[in-house]
Amino acid sequence: MIGPIGYGTLVIALVTSLLAVVTSIYGGRSRSAAMLETARRAALITFPLLSISILALLILLISGHFEYTYVYQTTDLAMPLYLKIAALWGGQEGSLLFWCWLLAGFSFITLARKWKSENDLLPWVITVTSFTLFFFLILVLFFENPFHRYFITMDGQVVSSLLPPMMSLQADPPDGAGLNPLLRHFGMVVHPPALYLGFTGFVIPYAYAIAALITGRSDDQWIKSTRKWSLMAWLFLSIGLVLGSRWAYDVLGWGGYWAWDPVEISALIPWLTGTAYLHSMITQEKRGLFKHWTIALIVLTFCLVIFGTFLTRSGLLSSVHSFSESSIGPFFLAFIALMFLISLGLLLWRWNDLGSAYQIRSFFSKEGAFVLNNLLFVAIFLICLIGILFPIVSELVTGQKVTVGPPFYESATGPLFALLLLLMGVVPLTVWGAATASSLGRNIWLPAALALAAPGVALFLGATSWIALLSIWFVFFAVIATLMDTLKSIRLRSRVHKESGWQSFNNLVRHNRRRYGGYLIHIGVALMGLGIIGIEMFQTTTQGMVAEGESLQLSGYTFTYEKLELQDTPDGRNIAQASILISRDGREVGRVYPGSDYYYYSQQSVTRPGIHSTLSEDLYIVLVDWLEITAEGATFKVFRNPLINWLWIGTVVLILGTLVALWPSRERRPLALKEKA
Amino acid sequence: MEQNPQSVKPKRGIKFNKFLIGGILMFAAVVLLVITSLKGNAQYYLTIDELVSGKVNSGTSVRVSGVVLGDTITYDPRTMNLAFTVAHIPGDNDEIEARGGLAAVLHTAVLDPSANRLQVVYIGVQPDLLTNEAQAIMTGKLGEDGVFYADELLLKCPSRYEEGVPSQVAP
Repeated sequence: MIGPIGYGTLVIALVTSLLAVVTSIYGGRSRSAAMLETARRAALITFPLLSISILALLILLISGHFEYTYVYQTTDLAMPLYLKIAALWGGQEGSLLFWCWLLAGFSFITLARKWKSENDLLPWVITVTSFTLFFFLILVLFFENPFHRYFITMDGQVVSSLLPPMMSLQADPPDGAGLNPLLRHFGMVVHPPALYLGFTGFVIPYAYAIAALITGRSDDQWIKSTRKWSLMAWLFLSIGLVLGSRWAYDVLGWGGYWAWDPVEISALIPWLTGTAYLHSMITQEKRGLFKHWTIALIVLTFCLVIFGTFLTRSGLLSSVHSFSESSIGPFFLAFIALMFLISLGLLLWRWNDLGSAYQIRSFFSKEGAFVLNNLLFVAIFLICLIGILFPIVSELVTGQKVTVGPPFYESATGPLFALLLLLMGVVPLTVWGAATASSLGRNIWLPAALALAAPGVALFLGATSWIALLSIWFVFFAVIATLMDTLKSIRLRSRVHKESGWQSFNNLVRHNRRRYGGYLIHIGVALMGLGIIGIEMFQTTTQGMVAEGESLQLSGYTFTYEKLELQDTPDGRNIAQASILISRDGREVGRVYPGSDYYYYSQQSVTRPGIHSTLSEDLYIVLVDWLEITAEGATFKVFRNPLINWLWIGTVVLILGTLVALWPSRERRPLALKEKA
Repeated sequence: MEQNPQSVKPKRGIKFNKFLIGGILMFAAVVLLVITSLKGNAQYYLTIDELVSGKVNSGTSVRVSGVVLGDTITYDPRTMNLAFTVAHIPGDNDEIEARGGLAAVLHTAVLDPSANRLQVVYIGVQPDLLTNEAQAIMTGKLGEDGVFYADELLLKCPSRYEEGVPSQVAP
């Protein structure tokens, strides 16, 4: 009965979401309170309904109901519990249902709390979120239903279907096929939900923006109501992206973390426009500038979120990520086009209402820096879009598919990312409003000069590429300028308020969480930049076959192959594990165990690199192949990835920074008043 | 630190031009960046039929897609020399759909002796996903000897995330 219950609640959720769409539009137009309350309740109830569906699927997965297609395809008896739970989003159908559930949950939270100043936005927020949910539920129900079962027909064929075909028996496989071995990694367990949280999170600010356009409210209420949503969505999207990289680094065994794969890019582009949106949002709140632009960015981000979800599933692009192909492509495109055109139409309709009282006056002001930031992010987004669409467009135009690879993205976006690093250093030194080149120049020289020490050290250590030296300079400039500005504010405050340095710092952050949270995020991003520069520009590699006791050399390190062990595990794997002694100048540095797991059932092997990690570098060793019987030798590939760990450390700093910015500051208003007095 | 924005009167005309010029310059710079990056980094994405029919000169860097013939895979761990043969599959999504989806296309292409085939040599780590009926997407050059020398090898299994129908099912 579990399956039909889950399926049934799914159907009811479809109906209630449609009801919410219709009643909210009607209620919004007629301002009928009763109708609106109906809409609100209908929207609210979808979340408990979908929770039942999710729970039903989860029970089926955990208890091993292999007659269900989805359960068969993603789990098996030997899998540990956490992987069975992760299988919920490990396949196409489940992940789409999971997407819907998150979206319903987010609109539940939005609608369940009290509504005051934004009451007139309510109906349209319900319309947008419910319509999006309705669309995705149609996909789940009619195209990618996770509650299909296997049946054996009269002529002995196995078919997957919702209802039993005529004259058929239900199949009852004793065990499932299991989750793809490559996905059995902590990063893969957390990466999809993090991405989905980010994706669906952006639907809420989008819904508010549309509501603001429809009602014609040109104030910043929609931004104020969704600021935390946007930040949270952005945070999860960032975490999702980095976890995906970390998974690639740990599991795929090619020594890299980012391959400019179309699906990676399709998750990156909403992050790019979302980041631009966060900055534009600040400018609008602080200066009332760029109202059109802010709305355009959130519309774009929403469409890219849907586009990204679509690309992963369409099989349109060749990518290592592709789910199995399905026929939902045209529906996705129609939905994106519809939402995009409606949003665009509304924006044009309200264009004149969104005028700004202020004007931007100087390149060198803070708003000038924000504009540049936005332009850079949008430029990077456009380059990425050109890259992924190039094969499709070139085929349409010339009849011949032409593709671009990582070198294109690297050479086209690299300079822009470097400029963003530089801009992060400049921005704390700028002021809002009137500013001149010389006022900025006065502030800039000291951090810029101090930061020169970093490329100096790099030069001393043997780095010669000017691009690398320049980028390192930018990284340290950003960090130093941010820290110096904080220090300056602390000093000023402790002088005025007669506080100790620590108290001042504490109070500064408390009263201005967004600013200092933002600073911390910037420092995190700069550190991530350092890691990326390290692996992109200074990676060295070697490979070779060695017999036991022999060794490979790389960048002053000696890698000695000690032994290889092979063993079968009870969960159906054959593990090969080599032991490598790393030494430098005759002294032992460490020992790593690169290996390879062979999964008998799926006949697939998964590489497990051996990684010796320090703050300055990773020594990353892959066991490529071995001669089993003769034990004559094994082949290894060795990478030295300088500074790579700063990519992960920077991410942690970024998360902390976002949490600082998200932390509720209730005392803010009274304290601000006190300060003025 | 913040100045009252209203305290300074905006000078409209001049400023507008300044930002317009700045914007145009930036836009031009980005366009230039894209064009220079595209040059030399864009590659034809061909099917094996197109490649062996001499659509491009040997020596031009191209991207080719084909299906791996499992029996032909040889690997020398000493030299990391990986060799295998791929067979032609259509590149067009609609055509693939019309023939019953990617998995079916891959399966029939492997069994079809009349399909064009291409020998591939790749130096490096043998990918975990290199198996029979996997779709290989290779970047590299066709040599004078008719062998494709790949610099980059990407593999895609239709069953990568999901297995097919259960093979043995007890009613």
